[in-house]
Amino acid sequence: MDVVEGQLITALILALPFAGALVAPVLVRWFGHNAAWLLALLPLAAFVHFLGFLGPVAAGETVVAGYPWIPSLGVDFSWLIDGLSLTFALLITGIGTLIVLYSGGYLKGHPHQGRFLSFMLMFMGSMLGLVVADSFLTLFVFWELTSITSFLLIGFDHRREASRRAALQALVVTGLGGLALLAGLLVIRAATGAGAMSELLAAPDLLRDSPLYLAAFLLVLGGAFTKSAQFPFHFWLPNAMEAPTPVSAYLHSATMVKAGVYLVMRLNPAMGDTALWETVLPVFGGTTLIVGTLLAVRQTDLKLMLAYTTVASLGLLVMLTGFGNKLAVAAAVLYLVAHSLFKGGLFMVAGLVDHESGTRDITRLGGLMRAMPITFAAAVLGAVSMGGLPPLFGFLAKEEMYAALGFADGWSTLFTIVAVVGNALMFAVGFAVALKPFLGEKVETPKHAHEGPALMWLGPLTLGLVALAAALWSQTSHRFVTDPMTSAVYGEPATVTISLIPHVGMALYLSIGTVALGILAYLALARGRAAMAATLAAIGWGPDRGFDQAVGGTVRLSYAVTRVVQSGRLDYYMLATFAVFALALLVPMLAFGDLPTQPRFPVIAFYEWTIILIAAFGLWAVLRARNRLTAIVSLGIQGLALAVLFMLLGAPDLSFTQFMVETLSVVILALVMTRLRLSPADHRPTPEKLTGMAVAGVCGLALTLILLRVTQIPFDGELSAFFAEHARVIAHGRNIVNVIIVDYRALDTLGEIAVVMVAGLAILALVRIRPRRRRDAAAQTEG
Amino acid sequence: METVLSVLVGLFFAAAIYLMLSKHIIRIMLGVVLFGNAVNLTLFTAGRVVSEVPPIIPEALPVPPELTANPLPQALILTAIVIAFSIFAFLMVLTFRAYQELGTDDAEGMRVAEPKDDAMPPLGY
Repeated sequence: MDVVEGQLITALILALPFAGALVAPVLVRWFGHNAAWLLALLPLAAFVHFLGFLGPVAAGETVVAGYPWIPSLGVDFSWLIDGLSLTFALLITGIGTLIVLYSGGYLKGHPHQGRFLSFMLMFMGSMLGLVVADSFLTLFVFWELTSITSFLLIGFDHRREASRRAALQALVVTGLGGLALLAGLLVIRAATGAGAMSELLAAPDLLRDSPLYLAAFLLVLGGAFTKSAQFPFHFWLPNAMEAPTPVSAYLHSATMVKAGVYLVMRLNPAMGDTALWETVLPVFGGTTLIVGTLLAVRQTDLKLMLAYTTVASLGLLVMLTGFGNKLAVAAAVLYLVAHSLFKGGLFMVAGLVDHESGTRDITRLGGLMRAMPITFAAAVLGAVSMGGLPPLFGFLAKEEMYAALGFADGWSTLFTIVAVVGNALMFAVGFAVALKPFLGEKVETPKHAHEGPALMWLGPLTLGLVALAAALWSQTSHRFVTDPMTSAVYGEPATVTISLIPHVGMALYLSIGTVALGILAYLALARGRAAMAATLAAIGWGPDRGFDQAVGGTVRLSYAVTRVVQSGRLDYYMLATFAVFALALLVPMLAFGDLPTQPRFPVIAFYEWTIILIAAFGLWAVLRARNRLTAIVSLGIQGLALAVLFMLLGAPDLSFTQFMVETLSVVILALVMTRLRLSPADHRPTPEKLTGMAVAGVCGLALTLILLRVTQIPFDGELSAFFAEHARVIAHGRNIVNVIIVDYRALDTLGEIAVVMVAGLAILALVRIRPRRRRDAAAQTEG
Repeated sequence: METVLSVLVGLFFAAAIYLMLSKHIIRIMLGVVLFGNAVNLTLFTAGRVVSEVPPIIPEALPVPPELTANPLPQALILTAIVIAFSIFAFLMVLTFRAYQELGTDDAEGMRVAEPKDDAMPPLGY
């Protein structure tokens, strides 16, 4: 990693929001909601720091820096600052500053305001890291962090089920997308050898020409489309409106949902310019645009209306980026900046209206202009930009868009129509949000509305004024923002010249047509809403319900599988265990062909035969016993036979112990048996008996075979010889077995004693539970 | 000798496993006892029957004068016998207590932890 001057400061700036997240709860405890003024200094500092890059980046410089992270894998923690990431970083920190202030006012007095600000700053740090990340791993880590912080923020009001559902849904959809992205990045690395964006962009043709291009394309788009809510993954975004409004304004319009667009833009030089790219992206983007706007028309909740237009705008951005020509890329860049400004602002306006009037339902709002003049001004600025009217930045974006699409052939004509329809509907919805609550007659609202606190109107008003200024001084904003970003996305130096002075031409006519269509749509909004509601009711199914079905299906499936695998029947568990045991013994032996050779017929003394036959008879007697008492007595036969066998084969210690233990076992069994009223014998149905016999027989056979094979291997007596040689000389004991137990393997024996002791304590505990329970029961009946 | 013992081990295991596959706790307990014996006999057989002389050194000698039985498996088995017995005693008392609580020695009736009609987890969020 090359060391770049000032890289430590950038690293600290990247860590700053996380540091703020740590202290936020404490600050809120000390200063109440005014802590927001202090906390806003952190993103402001980052904003100022990134402003310093404007000059060098406008001059064509790209800053790549970082630190080694996992040197053995060649992974760095590194960042890349060019026109694209710089614009994003400025939007994130700039809007972030205003959002922190806004949150201070919006959640004033909320018991968990500190936690909220902490999550917010954590998100900000993740998002900032995501857009400046250079190495793939850094990118992925921050990408997932934004999903997690988004989950925390959507589920902030965790006592409501709708919040929990929305949070989980967002996490599942974007989390799955994140996994696809990780796989995609690994594929890109495998295809090109690049481990970072800067390396990939240095040799852009490598990926396009690779046979792995299709796999990388699908996986990366899986990540981008889920994050940026492209149809059919759009459903989580409107649900995310369950979050408090600052979250909707910041995460789900201005920044996080643009992460997918960012990714597409970032990879455009390396992955774009292929037929696949230029087909799939416009088609999905265009579909998302139309679906989003149509669904927006359906809504009456201010936030949901805005949320669906956000979906539509993201579709528009993907469509333009995928369209491929230089003007379309420039239009995407302009629209991205414009959208962040006006949509963030409009969401904050919606939050203000909600905060002051107590409702967000557009049909229950009206005439607030007099009570909330500053909010109204901010709303109008946002709507004018959203509608693409001069003199705001949105106008530039729309002009450039129409210039880029045009009517060159059927393909571009199609997307021109899509863009005009989408823009007109967004125009209508935007003005509905901005005008409807403020104009007309005063409507009685749940709360008596008056202008919100400065903390809250500062944000939307600033964003509106910035959009105005950026359009008025368009040459400056192009030089520092649009040109470098367009160049970074397009992959070649590009200059954008569009300004507020319209050129008479196709783009202008299309604009006028859009506005006319938009006004019509605005006037017919109530009718359109009813029509959409009827259509949706007729369809009756959507991916949102599909999500519920998938979650429910997963629970049902796991329930069914659990019922089969864990039937709760002991005999099934035992059968499964021993069947696997038999297979584990037999299969390797057969697979490796390592069966024992035919043993010679054993030549042993007649008394040994006798004892062995007695043991076998004992086993048979236990199995065949008519009742259980007989079985228990028969148990003694095999045990005592075993003891005698040990005695005959030179193991007197074993023999004595076996005698003792066997006697005690029979005594305990008999004691317990006499206390129980048991059914006389085991009556299992014959099929179960046969299965049991088969499994038991196979297990026994397998163990016999293994033991035969083991004893056919030459015996290595080294260890035993060692014990025999040293038992007396070193350990001073004559009984070699005892010496092994108390000396050579003393720790083993200690463990054994511990087991006996624990078993004894457990028995004692079990026996002593009984009287107390009885007393309780007696006390209960008496009471 | 090892051949005969190997076959006997197979019989022990087969009988033990057959009993443990039963539904009745007492029969399962019988199987547990047999299983312990089967394992011990396996260890013993795997250590070979090299001599029938106990591994004990006479008073006057520093080492055994002749080849003795292998002492190592014997030591291992001694430990195993005692542990198997403690576990058996514990299981037996547990069985007794379970019978007192549940009034049955049938494993199918002992389904407190995994009841037969266990409800499906809630489908909400």
